[in-house]
Amino acid sequence: MLKISDLRVAVDGKTILNGLNLEVGTGEVHAIMGPNGSGKSTLANVIAGRDGYEVLGGTVEFKGKDLLDLDPEVRAHEGVFLAFQYPVEIPGVANIALLKEGLNAARRYRGEPELDALDFLKLVREKVKLVEMKEEFLYRSVNEGFSGGEKKRNEIFQMAMLEPSLSLLDETDSGLDIDALKIVSGGVNSLRSQDRSVILVTHYQRLLDYIVPDYVHVLAEGRIVQSGDKDLALKLEAEGYGWIEQSAGAAA
Amino acid sequence: MSSVVENAAAYVAAQQDTAAQLPGYGLAALDAGRAAALEQLSRHGLPSQQDEDWKYTSTRSITRAAFKPASAGAPCPADFITQSVIEGLNPYRMVFVDGFLSAALSDLEALPGHVRLRSLAQVLSEDATSVVPSLGRMLGDPPHGFAAMNSAFVADGAVVEIEAHQHLERPIELLFVSGCGDEGLVSMPRTLVLMGEGSHATIIERHCSLKEVRSLNNSLVEIDLGKGATLDYCSLQSQSNRSFHVGGLFAGLAESATLRATTVSTSGALIRNDARINLNGENSTVHLDGCYLVFGRSHVDNHTHISHNSANCVSRETYKGVLGDRGRAVFHGRIVVKQDAQKTDSEQSNQNLLLSEEAEIDTKPQLEIYADDVKCAHGATVGQLDDLALFYLVSRGVKRENARRMLTQAFAADVLDRVESAPLRQYLQSLASDRLSNALSTSGAS
Repeated sequence: MLKISDLRVAVDGKTILNGLNLEVGTGEVHAIMGPNGSGKSTLANVIAGRDGYEVLGGTVEFKGKDLLDLDPEVRAHEGVFLAFQYPVEIPGVANIALLKEGLNAARRYRGEPELDALDFLKLVREKVKLVEMKEEFLYRSVNEGFSGGEKKRNEIFQMAMLEPSLSLLDETDSGLDIDALKIVSGGVNSLRSQDRSVILVTHYQRLLDYIVPDYVHVLAEGRIVQSGDKDLALKLEAEGYGWIEQSAGAAA
Repeated sequence: MSSVVENAAAYVAAQQDTAAQLPGYGLAALDAGRAAALEQLSRHGLPSQQDEDWKYTSTRSITRAAFKPASAGAPCPADFITQSVIEGLNPYRMVFVDGFLSAALSDLEALPGHVRLRSLAQVLSEDATSVVPSLGRMLGDPPHGFAAMNSAFVADGAVVEIEAHQHLERPIELLFVSGCGDEGLVSMPRTLVLMGEGSHATIIERHCSLKEVRSLNNSLVEIDLGKGATLDYCSLQSQSNRSFHVGGLFAGLAESATLRATTVSTSGALIRNDARINLNGENSTVHLDGCYLVFGRSHVDNHTHISHNSANCVSRETYKGVLGDRGRAVFHGRIVVKQDAQKTDSEQSNQNLLLSEEAEIDTKPQLEIYADDVKCAHGATVGQLDDLALFYLVSRGVKRENARRMLTQAFAADVLDRVESAPLRQYLQSLASDRLSNALSTSGAS
């Protein structure tokens, strides 16, 4: 599904990712952990195509295509989805208008007919239940006046609507209380399938109790320095990131 | 008469040639009013950038060649009217062709008895004494040469009279079609809206062009709201790229009256709107909103002046502009709180979205407060589209051009969303949406 080779990325002239390699197979869930400033969010944003990230070298292949060559909306149409760490408030654009526009643009891209108003609403009603979101939120402006938890639920709701093949969850657990965390995790888990892959970017192990990953990677100083299964996350939780940073520093 | 300022000479001469044919000629009060306005026009001429109130708006494109006063009877096909109706609005409609009423194109069927919709020309010919005292009462001294010109030539327009305590269910639409006659004509409609105590109505003043000819629309509206009267008013300028529009809205509110006025400008070579609202009676309220979409080489100038003359009045003013290409806009929002206007509650905001490097906005809030117990807030902003919001939308698969349109439309949405009449609101929203899609796709801005 996704193959990242020797990716090097700078932000404002400062190198953040420095030779990152990562392969995510179809249907797999990968967790990327690491200390603050290690480049986790940069990785998620570069894959989604946000401006302001300068790719210095390396490749990102998605379903055999050169992802870095595609505009962000085309990446979305190809099945990439980023759940934002800080979802953006957009006054005046209704949640449902955004989804209809995004979903139908993707369907046109794939050569499928657009959903009519009725089918669209049916789909919306089905998916909104997954994240236990009130229907009134659909008609409100995107994220405007939503609480932190509501914003994160809205991200997962959008993800459920767009049914991406690769979901990037950027610190989706941050700022969530335990109930919201359960709801958000439940939403993500319900979307797990053999065809969909997920990359969870997180600082804490807590999320991984609810969304159990197939692989855990540790990112430090712009590279993946350690990979393992979910036990690696438990070790990080117990011992902190200090030992990783030391070994990364020793290797460099 | 004293010497005539050059840029007004042709108009002064034209008025002198035709004054005797103007409706109601010979009625002393009316003749005197026209003569006084003509005197002002002669003496001061049309405004230029030397005038403080026109500092950012050049009238040279208007004054470089004088317009000829339009005459009644220019052709306007009925199709044009039927094709431009606002769906679902179902109004009582008066259509003015180059400023003159066309009875044939108007539709006043089923007009209730407590409402009178007549043309000013008719009233001046048949019943002038009833209307002359109201003529110019809300206007006061014409603030500039265009208003003086309108007063000197005053002949036709709409006279809307609503009796006390009457609620008019259906809206009234005053549709002004310009560009019907030859190149280079000026139309000068004058509209009077006289609302009795406790009455309630919705009025839409819509300006559009039939042909793309060089034309000037010098339109003036006076609104007199009686005690407790409520008026929802919308003025829409959606004219050709060769049309010039100078519009005036002069309103006086008696005790507990409410005016909700929205001015929407979507197209035209140059649009200047003067709104002057006098809150004369205690507890009166004005909501003055504006939305201007300025693309190509258009220029839109909104000049507003709200005067709190009594205690406990409320004013809310929100003007929002979207500018692209080489569009230019001006907002001058003056709020005066007189000494006796204690407990005034006033808020003003002007927000602008600039979509290109060449677009320009000059915004000038101006508060003059002579009372000591008041609440006045104002603010002006100029910004660009938010890159992060744009990325958020495209990351959900929305095409970039649609994302830009959605964000641009969202920016101006609250002003249009507040329009009370649902069919009118939907019409304005889709007009704005079409205008923005069109402008954003042709400007090639990225």
